[in-house]
Order: sequence, then C-alpha cells, then structure tokens
Amino acid sequence: MSLRSKRVLWAWSFLAVPIVFYVMIRFYPTLQAFRISFTDWDLLKPPTYIWFDNYVRLFADPAFWKVLRNTFAYLVIGTPVSLVLAFAIAWYLDRVRLMHGFIRALYFLPFLTTAAAMAWVWRWFYQPVPIGVINDALALLGIPQQPFLRSTTQALPAVTVTAIWAGLGFQIIIFLAGLRAIPQTYYEAARIDGLGEWAILRKITLPLLKPTTIFLVVFSSIGFLRIFDQVYNMTTNDPGGPLGSTKPLVLMIYQTAFSSYDMGYATAQTVVLFLILLVISLAQLWLLRAR
Amino acid sequence: MSAATHTGEHRLNTSGIRPGRIVAWTILLLGGLVMVTPLAFMLSTSLKTAGQVYDLRLIPAAPTLANYVEVLSDGRFARWFLNSLGIATVVTVSNVFFDSLVGYTLAKFDFRGRYFVFLAILSTLMIPTEMLVIPWYLMSAQFGWIDSYWGIMFPGMMTAFGTFLMKQFFETIPDDFLEAARIDGLNEFQIWWRVAMPLVTPALSALAIFTFLGNWTAFFWPLIVTTSSELYTLPVGLSSFAVAESIQWEKIMTGVSLATIPTLVVFLLLQRYIVRGVMLAGLKG
Repeated sequence: MSLRSKRVLWAWSFLAVPIVFYVMIRFYPTLQAFRISFTDWDLLKPPTYIWFDNYVRLFADPAFWKVLRNTFAYLVIGTPVSLVLAFAIAWYLDRVRLMHGFIRALYFLPFLTTAAAMAWVWRWFYQPVPIGVINDALALLGIPQQPFLRSTTQALPAVTVTAIWAGLGFQIIIFLAGLRAIPQTYYEAARIDGLGEWAILRKITLPLLKPTTIFLVVFSSIGFLRIFDQVYNMTTNDPGGPLGSTKPLVLMIYQTAFSSYDMGYATAQTVVLFLILLVISLAQLWLLRAR
Repeated sequence: MSAATHTGEHRLNTSGIRPGRIVAWTILLLGGLVMVTPLAFMLSTSLKTAGQVYDLRLIPAAPTLANYVEVLSDGRFARWFLNSLGIATVVTVSNVFFDSLVGYTLAKFDFRGRYFVFLAILSTLMIPTEMLVIPWYLMSAQFGWIDSYWGIMFPGMMTAFGTFLMKQFFETIPDDFLEAARIDGLNEFQIWWRVAMPLVTPALSALAIFTFLGNWTAFFWPLIVTTSSELYTLPVGLSSFAVAESIQWEKIMTGVSLATIPTLVVFLLLQRYIVRGVMLAGLKG
C-alpha cells in the first residue's frame, strides 16, 4: 500500500466512530423531527400521518402567537439592554488599571453560575415584603411596592433581568477582547488629529468592533429565543405564568411533549423554533459577508 | 487580581487622576458589587435560621451551619453533586478526545470527502437541541436509556463547536513538525497524540472548561431524560428540592449555595484560563 493511501485509511479510521455518532445522534434525529412533525402521535397508539395539520393547528392557535410574542419580548428587551450595558462596562473597564482584575471578576462571576439554581435566588428577591429583598429596598426608599413575578406585565421583564445578569460577564469579556484587538496606533493618530473621546468612540472604536458586536447580537438573541431554565424555575407553581405571560416557546414545547404527550404537535413547534434560529444565523453570515 | 493591580494603587491610569475618571471607576466598582449581591444574599441567608430570614442584614447576627447539616443529612445533595461531577467529567473527556481527533483529521489529512465531512459536521450547528430532544427521548425509550447516566450523556459526547474550534487551532501547526515525527517512525495516531496535541493545550483547556461548564449547568435534557431522584443532576435535583421546600427560603438558599459555591471557587481559581478561553473561543468561533 502506498504511503498516501495508508494515510487516507488512517483518516477514515479516525473518523469512523464520530461519523457513526453524528449520523445516529444528529442527522437521523433531525430527519425524525421533521417526520414526527407530520404525524399525530400520543406515544400510546402508532403515529398517523396528518401532514401539515400540526402546522395549520399551530398557526391557528392563539396560545402559540402569545408564546411567540413572549419569546420575542425576551429578545427585544434582553439583547439591546445587555449589549449596551456590556459595551459601556467593557469600554470603561478597558481603561481602568486600579483593581482591574477584581472588578472584572465581579462582573464575570454570574456567568459561572447555574441558571436553574440562581433563578431561585432571583425568585426570592422578587417576593413581596417582608421576604423580598428588592421590595424591602423599595420600601426603605419610599417607592411603592411592585408585584414583579405576580404581575402579568412585570413578570417577563423580571425574568429577563436574571438572564441579562447571567450573560453580561461573557459579553463584557468578548467586548474586552475586541477592544484590545484594535491597534493603539489608531487611537494615537486620532488624538494627534485632535479628535475628542466621543468622536474616537464613534469613528474608530464602534466601526472596528462591528464583527464582535454582530457576533454578540446573534449569540445573545439566540440565547433569549431559547430561554427556559429561568422561566421554568421562577414560575414552578404555574409554569409560564401568571396567565401565560412569561411562557416562551421552549416551555410550550416542553409542556406539549412531556405533559400532554402530543409529540407531533410539539415537534412542529420545534421546527418553527429551528426556522426562526436559522433565519437569525443566516442574517449573521450575510452581515459579516457584507463587510 | 495579581501584583500588578497593587502597583497601580493611587493611580487610575498612566495619564493621571481626573475627577471624571474617579467617578467612572466608582460607578464601575459599584456596578460590580451589584452583580454579586445575589450571590452574597444567597450565602448569607443559607447561614441564617428560619426566624432570621426576614432580617436582611448581609452579615447574619448569629451565623449557623444548621441548614447545611439538615440539607446534607439525607445524602441526596451528595448524590446529585457526584452525578453532575461524573457526567460532566466523562462528557468533557469524550469531547477533548473526539473533537480534537476529528478537528485534527479535517485540518491535517488530505483525502477525498474531507470537505463534505467538515460541512456535514458544521451543519449540525444549525440544529437547536430543542428540535432533537423529542427524537432523542423516543430513541432513549426504545433502547432503555431513560433514567440512566448514558441517557443523560449521549447527546453531548461530541460537538460540532468543539470540532470546529480544534480544527482552527490544528491548522496553525506547521506540517514540518508532523513530517519530522513521521520520519522518526511514529504512526499517525502517535503523531496526533504525542506531537500535535501538546501544541494546542490552550485550545484544549478552553474546550474542556466550556464543555464542563455547559454540562454542569445543563438543565433541559437532564430534566427530560431522568425520572428518579437518584439519577438527577445537581440543577434538576436542586429544582425538585426547591419546589418541595416551597417557601423555606433559608433551606432553598442552602441548596443553591451547595450547588454554586464549590464551582465558583474552582472557577475563580481558574479565572485567568477561563477568561482567556472565552476570548479564544469567542474570537475563533
């Protein structure tokens, strides 16, 4: 056997187990997901093909539209707030020498926690007086009490805050890496030209950070669209409540599949989630290519 | 958090102190302290008795470990902790091995079908876990994997993200290094394991930290695939524990602390590597 064909043999032997894995655990289940989404299946009787009926039912279901609105509400609040905060913090932190490592660690620490666990701390924070820390603080300041998780309007933003809190450290670190990749000479040249801090930020820093920002916008958007752990743990007595006001798509999928055992309908919901995420990922590729 | 920060004392920046800088620094520090308040209250409340929970002082008047003794007494938390530790470790070892093996093969071997295999693996990044959990669940039911360690672990044994990350790092190794080893008579497996792998240790540690953290905090799939308390991972166990304790916040905070503190300590010790790993993966990924 020639040296070359020997190497080709080595390559395929290295890939053998992974190929079996990817076919069985990724590709086959992906096809299965599409197939199941065309069936009516409660796991007791064999599945019957109903083709697009699950999708028709989904788009006619007011509960689905409400859930979709909630899911995008997490994104619309979460992504801009966390990105602006993360950038502002990273921008200042980048110039700070005194206790730089310590301050960075303070912001980074929440990223290392478990969302399902910390959801309970936040849930406790949001309780009414005398238990809830936030309402106690409001009382001290003479600000009226807030219902937070008990209100259909405040619960979703309250849950979003916990997700922003957990993800902020990651975004700060990525922004810091992006800021450091900008050559110092650009800034020096700008100062010689007499540009002020604000002009430097607008004309040099932000344009050069565009790839970093696009990555973070997409990464964080996908995260908010897939939110589950926080919602599940903060609303266990009425999952997705009050009155479904915090229920995201993934929780609806979980309940349809594993509480109602309506597998075909649940899988159709996952396909819709997949299509939404696909559009966002393709938008990222397109934006980065257009650069 | 090193000597460098101390030498910088009384100096905000090399360009000297300005009032704006001091204000900015103070706001930055206060914001950081706000970020850790949930952790501080969690720890503080776990050291209080039920009667003291309403007392919101951060330093408990009479700190007690009674909650820990009670929560740990029936061994459930120890079991969940070990489950999570074992699962995260096995999955991490598997990813470090297979993702780098595949990444190396795709980076350094020349064969027909290489690009196809690469694209096929990369395409799985587009498929969200949520779409796969129902087929995985049905598959697990068929093979008897429900409520087993293997059932919790199998979906994550290899990842396209890790493969892609490792491929990018292996591509930076000069071919001459590998050719020299080939002339020395090493076989291809030995070349990968003994020559190439040691050259990408920063990437390997980044991959290991990410995989471990991801599996340690994983909630959705373990929640679906486990049914008995003995098989719960720490997040799933904690969630069921907190539901059962309903409003005994000092007990819940003790459980949350048990789940959070050990990892925070470990990760704080590794902070330098984690931050570097996040930067590496974020920029390359």
